[in-house]
Amino acid sequence: MREVAVIGIGMTEFGELWNRSFRDLVAEAGMQAILDAGIEGDEIDAMFIGGMSSGRFIGQEHVGSLAVEVAGLEDLHIPSIRVEAACASGGVAMHQGFLAVASGMYDVVVVGGAEKMTDVVGAEATNILASAADREWESFFGVTFPGLYALMARYHMQKYGTTQEQLASVAVKNHYNGSLNPKAQFKRRISVEDVLRSPMVAEPLHLLDCSPITDGAAAAVIVPLEKAKEYTDKVVKIMASAVATDTLSLHGRKSFDSIPAAYHAAQRAYKMAGVEAKDIDVAEVHDCFTIAEIMAIEDLGFVERGKGGKATEEGLTSLEGEIPVNTSGGLKSKGHPVGATGVAQINEIVMQLRGEAGERQVKDARIGLTHNVGGSGGTAVVHILGVI
Amino acid sequence: MGVARYWREIPVRYNLIGNRCSVCGKIYFPPRAICPTCRRKSIGKMEEYKLSGKGTVESFTIIHVPPPEFEGKAPYAVALIKMEEGWYLTGEIVDCPLDEIHIGMKVEACLRRIQEDGKKGAIYYGYKFRNAGD
Amino acid sequence: MAAIVGYGAYVPRYRIKAEEIARMWGKEASSIKSGLNIFEKSVPSMDEDTATISVEAARRAIKASKINPKEIGAIYVGSESHPYAVKPTATIVAEAIEATPELTAADYEFACKAGTAGMQNCIALVETGMIKYGMAIGADVSQAAPGDALEYAASAGGAAFIIGKEGIAKINATVSFTTDTPDFWRREGEPYPGHGERFTGEPAYFRHVMGAAKMLMERMGTSPSDYDYAVFHQPNGKFPLRVAKKLGFEKEKVEAGLLCPIIGNTYSGSTMLGLAAVLDVAKPGERIFAVSYGSGAGSDAFDITVMDSINAYPRQEIRKMLEEKVYVDYATYMKFRREFK
Repeated sequence: MREVAVIGIGMTEFGELWNRSFRDLVAEAGMQAILDAGIEGDEIDAMFIGGMSSGRFIGQEHVGSLAVEVAGLEDLHIPSIRVEAACASGGVAMHQGFLAVASGMYDVVVVGGAEKMTDVVGAEATNILASAADREWESFFGVTFPGLYALMARYHMQKYGTTQEQLASVAVKNHYNGSLNPKAQFKRRISVEDVLRSPMVAEPLHLLDCSPITDGAAAAVIVPLEKAKEYTDKVVKIMASAVATDTLSLHGRKSFDSIPAAYHAAQRAYKMAGVEAKDIDVAEVHDCFTIAEIMAIEDLGFVERGKGGKATEEGLTSLEGEIPVNTSGGLKSKGHPVGATGVAQINEIVMQLRGEAGERQVKDARIGLTHNVGGSGGTAVVHILGVI
Repeated sequence: MGVARYWREIPVRYNLIGNRCSVCGKIYFPPRAICPTCRRKSIGKMEEYKLSGKGTVESFTIIHVPPPEFEGKAPYAVALIKMEEGWYLTGEIVDCPLDEIHIGMKVEACLRRIQEDGKKGAIYYGYKFRNAGD
Repeated sequence: MAAIVGYGAYVPRYRIKAEEIARMWGKEASSIKSGLNIFEKSVPSMDEDTATISVEAARRAIKASKINPKEIGAIYVGSESHPYAVKPTATIVAEAIEATPELTAADYEFACKAGTAGMQNCIALVETGMIKYGMAIGADVSQAAPGDALEYAASAGGAAFIIGKEGIAKINATVSFTTDTPDFWRREGEPYPGHGERFTGEPAYFRHVMGAAKMLMERMGTSPSDYDYAVFHQPNGKFPLRVAKKLGFEKEKVEAGLLCPIIGNTYSGSTMLGLAAVLDVAKPGERIFAVSYGSGAGSDAFDITVMDSINAYPRQEIRKMLEEKVYVDYATYMKFRREFK
């Protein structure tokens, strides 16, 4: 297995992008990444595109082929493959791309993720997102996606004493970070009171505990490490790429206050990279809801099980903290175009490791981690990247 | 939801028919094709098993922003329920003031309307849970 | 003849007071209450309907009588508020009690006597040996136009009766008095019924109830003194008392089965719930006189003798069940009844 590196990244702004279609988003992110990588179109050997549900959001399947047409690469007749794992589609697409290069079969691979969520009305978007959960035995009964995380939140609060204020502190931190990110959907800073006063969505989660509906796309170009220097000085190595799964339904799991798939993906990633949790300098985690970030930092081993709420409240994961988490603003503030998120996380970590994160820059960031989860925890992907 | 998809699961939705692995004895709901513990050994050895309908609330939430099929019904409570037989499922809690629902509460299944396919489509019934008294 | 093998009853827990309805329409509550002898009525939850109520009553009957549901050869559900105009409620019940697939089933409609009509059919099927057990259910989530006088009465509830060769109560005889009398009706596609106001009294309710009652006593050679209980259809809390008096039944005999004052008129469930309430307290050897009434119009009368085996039967304790209630206001009542289109 060859080693793999990221040589280019690209990302649209995230938000309600009325004037841009799914195709526009794919084109923009892809072009940015290719220019950043300094490669020619005809060097691309394969593409992997992550997307949760373009079929239901815009009535379009067969996205692999669509991406080729959008990119004008049809005469190359390259493999272009759509990858789906609900909200982890982007991260899993990255994993597939990594495998493609590591295997030796392809040299230059473009990984992308895109979702256009605002072409349908809110209620329809909610319905589509519910297909990330168990349609027959969860969504059918009206539990909703926020409802599933709310069930985990209450369980976590009952078991460990996590408070609503601690949940809110995740959103406050991420909004602060997002205010420094020109591409974030929400650049407004908020307070704990703002979160607690926002309307209830599914108790105990308020509106501001939940990530939004967003349009956006992100892309990355990856090549074998041995060839990376031919393209750029700013080589970022993918030290680990790990995917783990669990039951689709929350009620089928062995744990209601953690995401075992994330824990296992992280363990595999740490082993593959030869590092431990304490070696991570910066991380992008899947904060689809505030409770998700609290469980994430516990699953990733940044903090002891049950202590995630308190740790966040005390600033462990702030920009100045011991382990800055979601410097981009996270899904909460940056936005969550479902299929794009996993690749957008890679974007942020690569920027951090290259020293290009501007006001959000974490000092001396050398090893970074991304954590992308599908549904209520049915799939989890962890990548570890590092500068060499 | 199409009628065929609903009809196929009627025994499960109306009567809580799960299944049991005859190799290890574990009970599952909804019924599973294969026992996750015994895996290959359980092929062909899963037998129908009807749950008693009794369980306790393991966690719950009150939904304020419902999906379109449940428009007008919020707020309502949904819970993770541990059934007597040891397995968990997800369901709505009814006939109980929302502020009295608590973790550890004993509940029992009852048949209620879950959804409809608009005004002209089929009506989908299924299990919900009411307070069984502590 | 045949016998009642078991019975089950279910009334939704929500109630709305007559005062609350009167308040809405600017009416004076006390005269309405004394005029109708109805204090409050039952209201179904948003996720309840005739099918869910029928299933609940049926499951309770099965649980109490301990019969094997696969031995039920017929299920009939009588109602004016079936969830579908076409697609039977009876099959939903059949699946929910695991009686399928070897049985016959159908839905009945005959205003408030649809359930007892089903009972008569079960009796005939059992007597002829065509089936071992039959189940007849009368259940409704009755409709009434907002602001109409019927609004104080139209309520929700149901009862299921299992009929077999032998049981806790022997059905000695049943007769019916039927004519075409358009006192109360609901047109296809219309949400609310219409009625002939005072015409629903003498020429309708009283004529048919008394007609069937007299027919039965003549057939059996009995008089009111031969019976310990009298159950009549309860469109309000007054008519049953008045018809009892006219027929010569003492008021005390009617009281055990009179549920209307506290739950309203459960339409197809009315007489059957009243009969169930009587079976809750009846002793072996006691005799019951029951007459239903369905607008359109007709009455089914039953002569029933309670058997020794009733002592071993787990009574439904309906009156105790009815004490568990939650009051709602008018707006919630409308929301529950899905009146907001």
